[in-house]
Parts: sequence; structure tokens; C-alpha cells
Amino acid sequence: MKTHLENCGNWFLDRFPLTKLWNDHMAQYYAPKNFNFWYFFGSLALLVLVNQFVTGILLTMNYKPDAGLAFDSVEYIMREVPWGWLVRYMHSTGASAFFLVVYLHMFRGLIYGSFKQPRELIWIFGMLLFVALMAEAFMGYLLPWGQMSYWGAQVIISLFSAIPVIGDDLSLWVRGDYVISDATLNRFFAFHVIAIPIILLMLVFLHIVALHEVGSNNPDGIEIKASKDPWGHPVDGIPFHPYYTVKDIVGVSVFIFFFATVLFYMPEMGGYFLEHANFIPADPLATPEHIAPVWYFTPFYAILRAIPDKFAGVIAMGGAIVVLFLLPWLDRSPVKSIRYRGGIYKKALLMFVISFLGLGYLGMQAPTAGATIMARIFTAMYFGFFLLMPIYTRWEKTKPVPKQLTEQPTIEDRIPGWKATFCEMVKEVPIEKDGTTVMRKRPDTSGIINVLMRTAKNLKASLD
Amino acid sequence: MSDQGVDRSKRQFLTTALTVVGAVGTGYIAVPFLSQMQPSTKAKAAGAPVEIDISKMETGQLIRAAWRGKPVWVLNRTPEVLEILATETDKLADPNSLESNQPESSNNEFRSIKPEIFIAVGLCTHLGCSPTFRPEIAPNDLGEDWKGGFFCPCHGSGFDLAGRVFRGVPAPTNLDVPPHHYLSETRILIGDESGADA
Repeated sequence: MKTHLENCGNWFLDRFPLTKLWNDHMAQYYAPKNFNFWYFFGSLALLVLVNQFVTGILLTMNYKPDAGLAFDSVEYIMREVPWGWLVRYMHSTGASAFFLVVYLHMFRGLIYGSFKQPRELIWIFGMLLFVALMAEAFMGYLLPWGQMSYWGAQVIISLFSAIPVIGDDLSLWVRGDYVISDATLNRFFAFHVIAIPIILLMLVFLHIVALHEVGSNNPDGIEIKASKDPWGHPVDGIPFHPYYTVKDIVGVSVFIFFFATVLFYMPEMGGYFLEHANFIPADPLATPEHIAPVWYFTPFYAILRAIPDKFAGVIAMGGAIVVLFLLPWLDRSPVKSIRYRGGIYKKALLMFVISFLGLGYLGMQAPTAGATIMARIFTAMYFGFFLLMPIYTRWEKTKPVPKQLTEQPTIEDRIPGWKATFCEMVKEVPIEKDGTTVMRKRPDTSGIINVLMRTAKNLKASLD
Repeated sequence: MSDQGVDRSKRQFLTTALTVVGAVGTGYIAVPFLSQMQPSTKAKAAGAPVEIDISKMETGQLIRAAWRGKPVWVLNRTPEVLEILATETDKLADPNSLESNQPESSNNEFRSIKPEIFIAVGLCTHLGCSPTFRPEIAPNDLGEDWKGGFFCPCHGSGFDLAGRVFRGVPAPTNLDVPPHHYLSETRILIGDESGADA
């Protein structure tokens, strides 16, 4: 005898493929069993996206997209709307968290070759997401209508005017006025709360559909679909639900711990998440003494500043993003994961990380002569990583790739090793205490030097 | 259903014709959609000329005014500055302002109608930041060779006190000089060049 509830459920399932969707994408979607912490950042990006949507909707209830009212309405949210400060800080901290998570997610792709065949389209959709996210963040930053909002937008929209022939008309069209004004603020609001969020959602959908078609890559860079058990499931795969849903809850908890720490104790992050100059209302007649974009744009901003020519600078900045799109075709190595790639790629990737962080730092600093030289060197390194890739990845001496996923030692397995290292770095020395001699552990110089030398040797070996 | 089979060429023709008509229609509706993002009539009308009184200006002083929402500078230059401007031209990208924007009346050595009174739009020709006024000679942060000028904090472009850009900086041209003319000895009208003979 069926209950009414079951009948109701069956009526629904006869008309909507909920079971099929659930099985295809969760309960019977097989993911490689060896995901490490780098694989948290995809689901974390989704979490931050939800955070931005919820807090964003709440903010629009009190925000006024009007040049005369915008700044005060943000302060109104901060001071007089119940819990308004929390919602606003969740949104502003969420923006920085979004980029942090996305940069780590992209770096995961770089180390494990997740962009390589057959996942080129996932990478392309992901890059389009990155571009849409940058547009979303840039337009959102104008809305508080502070000094940095105003002059940041002035600089970025002026980038369009560097394009020959149509540039001036194009930037006029984007602004809707001869300078950044109420018209610009109002249309940026429309883009920020409607147009780009819809594009973001569509791209997330495409990104995940493409991912579930070919399946996830993994730290070994092996296609798990190549070896299947008698029931047709990958031998090295486990169902996404419950295994990775539960695992991701752990990642989410750790993330929320850090997120809440920033949110409650340093929501402005010393001027890196919300810049000091943005607490002054926009003044079209005076640029702040030191102007820099928010931290997540600074690497690209530093490239723009490094080139002593307006149009070439804009091309270089755009090119820095375009080369990322081309990555699947620039990399000619037959091996995906950094675990089995040659030393040359590891060294190139290290140089790239240094140049990216260096550019990010320089983009926040004032443009002195020395900083400009450094920015030029880093810019050359950045582009070198991509443009020389077709050459150096062909020279690469790769290691043999195993047929199945490898087992990495767990933390439990590693504890005896750590204990031995600790014992090597200390020695027992007799110490006089209250008239008796006791043995106490004290640092052992020769032991520490030995350990350091061995670590350095291992690090060097791991780069080959 | 007919039993005559499919006339593929007719089907192809109809598909193509419908596509073309649809594309034209999309093009027509795109024009108003895109054009409504252009500056409104109100925004265009807001560019009225602005009058500035310079009777109370001291030598070496810079005053700022707003014209079309942009900052406009009026700088009263000292004779020493004019001498530097006349001699120190070797580091300039465009010393004779051939590539730059200025009205005909200001197209001269000092880029101004009266040599001492310099008027310019205070926005860097690179990406539109407002440069800072740095008239001092050889300050610590700008180096030994700095002879006074404007320095853009955004991307490090430098201009001399005639708004002429230095070589090797991102800004492509000299600062724009807005159309302006003198209504009397001490009153300037920014945004209108018609009375250039005054």
C-alpha cells in the first residue's frame, strides 16, 4: 500500500528526471579517488558565488545607484541597517575570497594539467568565467562611489580609448558621458546586478556540464575511465556523493573558519580588500595621491604600467589574459601531471609563480624607476612562461606515467619520519636544577644543518 | 505528406532567406539598444563654457576649476619657469606639440595665449588620472633632473609646466589645452575659442 507522499513523489518523478539527474551528476558520477586539497577550490568557488548572490540581493534593497546618494547609502547600510555591516562585509570580503579561490583553482589546473586534452573546453569556459568575474568585480567596485571607485573606473575605461580609430567613441559609449558620472554609475549597477550575474550562472553551468562529460582530472593526470571494473565503473573512481560531498564539507568548514576570521577581525584587510581612499566620496577634480586597484587586479595592472606606451600597454595587459586561453595548445607535453613532468616545466612554473606574485606586489606600489624595471623583468617572465612553452615542453624529459592512480603516504604514515627528523635536530644535555642533574632536550646545531642540507637537496631533486 | 520527396534546394533557399531576414531584423533592433547607451541629450548639453577670474592669482599659484566635469588648471608661471621651459626641451617627447591637442591660439612655445598664464585640462593623456602639481626643483622622490612639472601618481607619467610630456613614460601626448579666450585682462572663458582675438 503506497502512502500519499509516495504517490505524490512518483507523480513528480514521472514528469521530471530528478532521479536520473541526481544519479548522473552525484550518486553515480565517478570521480578519481585521489583528490587532494587542491580539489576543494572548485566547490569553494561555487560556495562563494552563492554568498555573493545572497548578500548582493540583500544589499540592493538599501543601495541607491545615484551619484548623489550612492556613497551615503553604503554608509547607511554600514551604520543603520540592522546587520547591514555584516552583509556588506560578507559581500566585499567574498569578492576577495572569490579571486583567491579562483586563482588557486586555476593554479591546480596548471600543476596537474587539467587544461590538457580532453579538457580544453572546460578550461575555456573557466577562463570566460574568470573574465566575467573580473568585469563583475570591476563594476561592483564603482558602486560605493568613493575616490578609488571613481578613479579606478576612470583609468580602466580610458583603456578603451587607447584602441586606434574607434577608441574615443567606444569609451564615450561605455561611460555614457564625457567623464565618469551618474550615467556610468547607473549602468554599472545594471551590469553588476543583472547582466553579468546571468552570464556567470550560464558559464558555471557550461563549465560543469563540460566537466561531467569528460570527467575530472586528478593529481596523477591519468584518465580513470581507461580501466573499468566488470560493472562499467572506473576502478579508480568513487561516486561523487557521498564521498566528495562529505569531503567538501570539511573543506568548506576550514574555508569558513578563515573567511569568518577576516570578516570579523580585518574586513578591510589593512586596505587591501577595501582601500582607504574609498572611504572618501568621489571627487572628479582630484586623484588620490597613490592609486592602485584591489589586490586581485594588481598583476595585470603592473603589466600595463610596465610598458612605456599607451596602446602597447593595453595590448600587453589584454594579452596577459589571452595567453591563458591558449594554454591547452601551447603545452606540447604528452604528460599532464607535474608528478611525471620534466624538471624544465617545474622550473618554468616556479618562475611564473614568482613573476605573478612579483607583479601583484609591484602593482600595489608607487611607480618608481626601480619598480618599473622589476615590473618589466617580471612581465617578460610571465609571457616567457606561455610563449616559450611550445618549445620547452617539447624538450621535456618526462617520467613514466603509471597505469593506475598511485597511493600517497597519509599523514599517519609520515609521523614516524617527522619524529625521526625532530630527534635529529635536538640533543639531550645535562642541566643543573635544584642541586640535581636532569637531561633536557636542546637544539643541536649539527643536526639542524644536516636536516636543512637534506631538505635543500630534496627540494632541488624535486625540481628535476 | 507528399510522395514527391524533399526539394532540398528549395529548403536551403528558404532557410537562407529566413536567416538573412532574421539577421537584418536583429541588426535593426540592435541600433536603438546600443544607441541608448550613448550620452543623453542632457549630458551633451551640460558642456557649457565656464568663466574663471584670475585677478587674485599670485605668481606660481595653481587654481582648479571644473569644466564638463573635468578638472581645468590655471597656472600663473614665474619668469624662471618660462626660462626653464624655453631651454629644457631635450627630454620631451613632443616639444613642439605637433601630436597634441591645443587650440590654434595656444599652439606656441609656452602652449598658452599669455606666456605666464597656462591653462590645461588636468587629466593625464594616458588613462585619465589627474596629475599632481610638483613645481619644486629636484625633489627627493622625483630625482635630480626634475625641473618642476606635473607628475601622474597612477602610472608615473611626467609633464613639464607647459604640460609637455617627457619621453619614456606611458602618456602618449602633451596635456590637452581646452579651447578658451580672454573676456578681459583677468577673466577667462573656458570651453569657447570664438573670441580668440580678445
